[in-house]
Amino acid sequence: MIPAFIALVLLLQLAGEALVRALGIPVPGPVIGMLLLLVIVIFQGGPPKPLQALATGLLNHLSLLFIPAGAGVISYLALLADNWLPVLVTIIISTMLTIVVTAFTLKFLIRRMNREDS
Amino acid sequence: MDGLFQIWVYLAEQPLLWLAVTVSAYVVAQQLFLRSGGFPLLNPVLVSITLVVLLLLATGTDYDTYFEGGQYVHFLLGPATVLLAVPLYAQIHRLRRQWLPLSIALLAGSVTAIASTVVLGLGLGLGPSTLMSLMPKSATTPIAMGVAEKLGGEAALAAVFVMLSGITGAVAGIPLLRLLGERDPAVKGFAMGVTAHGIATARAFQHSNQAGAYAGLGMGLNGALTALLVPLFAWLFGL
Repeated sequence: MIPAFIALVLLLQLAGEALVRALGIPVPGPVIGMLLLLVIVIFQGGPPKPLQALATGLLNHLSLLFIPAGAGVISYLALLADNWLPVLVTIIISTMLTIVVTAFTLKFLIRRMNREDS
Repeated sequence: MDGLFQIWVYLAEQPLLWLAVTVSAYVVAQQLFLRSGGFPLLNPVLVSITLVVLLLLATGTDYDTYFEGGQYVHFLLGPATVLLAVPLYAQIHRLRRQWLPLSIALLAGSVTAIASTVVLGLGLGLGPSTLMSLMPKSATTPIAMGVAEKLGGEAALAAVFVMLSGITGAVAGIPLLRLLGERDPAVKGFAMGVTAHGIATARAFQHSNQAGAYAGLGMGLNGALTALLVPLFAWLFGL
């Protein structure tokens, strides 16, 4: 029953959007929808097969979904013209640094936790 | 030739054309990525967007016309985000055990993203409006746009910076972490999601479901944390 799960996902997204607006939380509606679905799946003791299939099908092609928004850069190429180099350097260095710091911190803490456990 | 032009004029106005272009660009980019053995610079998002933008420029099509077709694909981002709950559930036992390391790593990553942007941006002489639009670049698009606007940046510019950060993280993430000898897909995914949100999460899912799940988690958490921390750092740095 794939359509039932499509409906569930859309309704949870809708509920997320409504909650975010009602409570003024600084988080996108779909993220709240994700938390709601997680709670449901936990209570069900795992996702049913059709839901699993739906998630795998869409998430394996998540890249596709970013193309329309990404192409929007075209409208702002002029805005970037003045200082594209310092902006790009800042983005590249900061992004790489953040990946390294996050990964090292997590790795270090997991190792420490595992040592304490054993 | 005249008839052909008539057909083009008709099709160029229809959402179908640009929807077909979007999906086709993705298929081509995906094939290119796979055949190159996963060469980082041939990242499917980067290549597809480049293809679409070049086609739009070559045909003189404006973005609004393109988005008439693109919106059908774009819309699926919401349901895809909701569905992240499914791979996340598969990791729930590990998540329960490691919530503390994950929280601390999240905070470290979020602070690094914002502080390094301010330091580098100031050092390279960026103006306050550009800097404000750049600070929330590790959050997802709607959050970054809201935060930037509230602090005197530009929402549209913030959206572009989010996109550029996402692509940078998706391209550089896996090779960088491999270089550092990182093997754990959870660590790789979480670092990429915290730093470079959805686009890096898409890359993480190509790596493995586990990496994707952790990337989705990092993306969701850092979106919220960035919304809280950027105003704080703007105040700390006297911006």
